[in-house]
Amino acid sequence: MTSHMLNISNLHAEVDGKAILKGITLAINPGEIHAIMGPNGAGKSTTAYVLGGRPGYAVTEGSVTFDGADLLEMEPHERAAAGLFLGFQYPVEIPGVSNLQFLREALNAQRKGRGQEPLSGGEFIKLARAQANELGLDPEMLKRPVNVGFSGGEKKRNEMVQMGIIGPKLAILDETDSGLDIDALKTVGDGINTIMRRPDRAVLLITHYQRLLDYVKPDFVHVLANGRIVRSGGPELALELEREGYGAIAA
Amino acid sequence: MSDLPTRRDEAWRYSDLEAVAGVWPVATRTHVVAPGETLVLPILIDGDADSVGIEDHAIEVGAGARVEAQVAVTGGRLGRVSLSVKLGRGAHLSLAGVIVGGGQETHEIVTHVTHAEPDATSEQTVRIILGGQATGSYLGKVAVARGAQGTDAIQSAKAMLLNRTATANLKPELEIYADDVKCAHGATVGELDAQALFYLASRGIAPAEAKTLLLRAFVGGLVEENSPFAAAIDKALERVL
Repeated sequence: MTSHMLNISNLHAEVDGKAILKGITLAINPGEIHAIMGPNGAGKSTTAYVLGGRPGYAVTEGSVTFDGADLLEMEPHERAAAGLFLGFQYPVEIPGVSNLQFLREALNAQRKGRGQEPLSGGEFIKLARAQANELGLDPEMLKRPVNVGFSGGEKKRNEMVQMGIIGPKLAILDETDSGLDIDALKTVGDGINTIMRRPDRAVLLITHYQRLLDYVKPDFVHVLANGRIVRSGGPELALELEREGYGAIAA
Repeated sequence: MSDLPTRRDEAWRYSDLEAVAGVWPVATRTHVVAPGETLVLPILIDGDADSVGIEDHAIEVGAGARVEAQVAVTGGRLGRVSLSVKLGRGAHLSLAGVIVGGGQETHEIVTHVTHAEPDATSEQTVRIILGGQATGSYLGKVAVARGAQGTDAIQSAKAMLLNRTATANLKPELEIYADDVKCAHGATVGELDAQALFYLASRGIAPAEAKTLLLRAFVGGLVEENSPFAAAIDKALERVL
C-alpha cells in the first residue's frame, strides 16, 4: 500500500508488435511536478498514450495504479473521470462539434461520474469564458468547432482551457510546448502553474526542451531513452541535458 | 408501372424486394408547383422493425418555383423514398436527406431530377449512418435536357458505417445533353474517426455519447434542432449504436 498518486511499475508496452516501453518505473505524489525528457523515439509519447489508454497501445508487462486503483483496467473515459487529463501533442480537430458543446459534455460526463449535478448552460458559459480569458484564448473561439482552423498555439491554449474547466488531479502533458511562440509558451506555462500547482494535484510534463521548464519548475526530471528511465534528478538535470545533449546523459 | 419491380430495375437493385411485394403497388403522389411558388415537402419514414414504408413522389416545378424536400428514413424493415422532380426554367430543388439504419433494415433514397429547361438549380445532400447488417442506398440521377443551359446541379452523398457488416450504396449519376452546365457530385463511405473518439474519451465522454456527438455532427445542418426529424434521428442513433 502506497500513498503515491500515480505508481508506474516495470511498465512494458508495444505498438504494432514492436516493444517501445521496456520497464518504466516512476512514482508521482500529490503536489509534485515531474518532467520526462528524452530524444525522439525514446517512448515519451507512448508513455502518455499508454497512461491515457489509447487503443493500439498494448501493455505487455508491469502495472500502473492511480489513487490506488488499477489504471490499466479502466477505459479511457473512466481514467478521465477518475481525474487523469491527457494533453495532446496534436489536439484533434472535430468538425461540426462546437468547443462549448464538447467541453460541456466532457465536464458534465465527469460530474455525473462523481455523482454531481450537471452545470446549467449559463453557469457553464461563465466558467468557460473565464478560463479562456485567463489563458489568452479569444472567447469567440469557444463557439467554433473543436480545434478546426486553430493555429498550433491556439490548439495548445485550448487544451489548457479544457484542463482548467475539467480540473483534473493529474495532468499528463505531451509536448504541450511544441509549436508555441515565446508569448504563448509563457501563457501556457502560467496556465499550468495556476491550474495544477496545488498540494492535491500533480503534473507529468513530457518535453524535448528545457524552455517550458523555465516557466513550470519541475520537482523531478527523468531522462527517458530506449523505453527506460535512465536517469532521474532535480531541475538541474534539465539544464545539464540542455548543455550536454541527450547523447552524453543517456549513454 | 404496376408490375412488381425486379433486381434488373436499376432503381430497385439494392432494395428488399420481398418486403416490397407485401405492399405493392405503391401509388405515386403528384405535386405541381406553380411558377414562383415554394413547396416544402417533409417526409419522415420511421416505422417499427417489421414495417414497410414506401413513398413515391412526382413533382413538377414551374418556372422560378422552389421545392425544399426534407427526407429522413430512420426506421422500418424497408424504408424508401423516391422523388421524381422535373424542374422548369430557373426552378430550384433542395433535398436534405438522412438515413439511419441498423439490424437487417434496408433504407433508400432514390431521386431522378430532370433539369428540363435552362437555369434551374438543384442541390442534394444525403448523409447515411448504418450499423448492424443494414443496407442504405442513395441513388441519385440528374438528367439535363437538351437546351437546359445554365443548369447548376450538386450532389453530395456521404455514408458512415458503424460496422463493417453494414452496406452503403451511393450512386450519383449524370446524364447531360446540354453544354453550358455545372454538375458536381461527391460520394464517400467512411467510419467514425478513431482519433476523435479517443480524444473525446480522454475528456471523459463515454463511447456511446462520443459516437452520438460525432454522428449528430455528421448529419448536422441537414435537420432543424428540436424538430420531429431530429428526434427520430436521435432515437434511431440510440438503436443502432
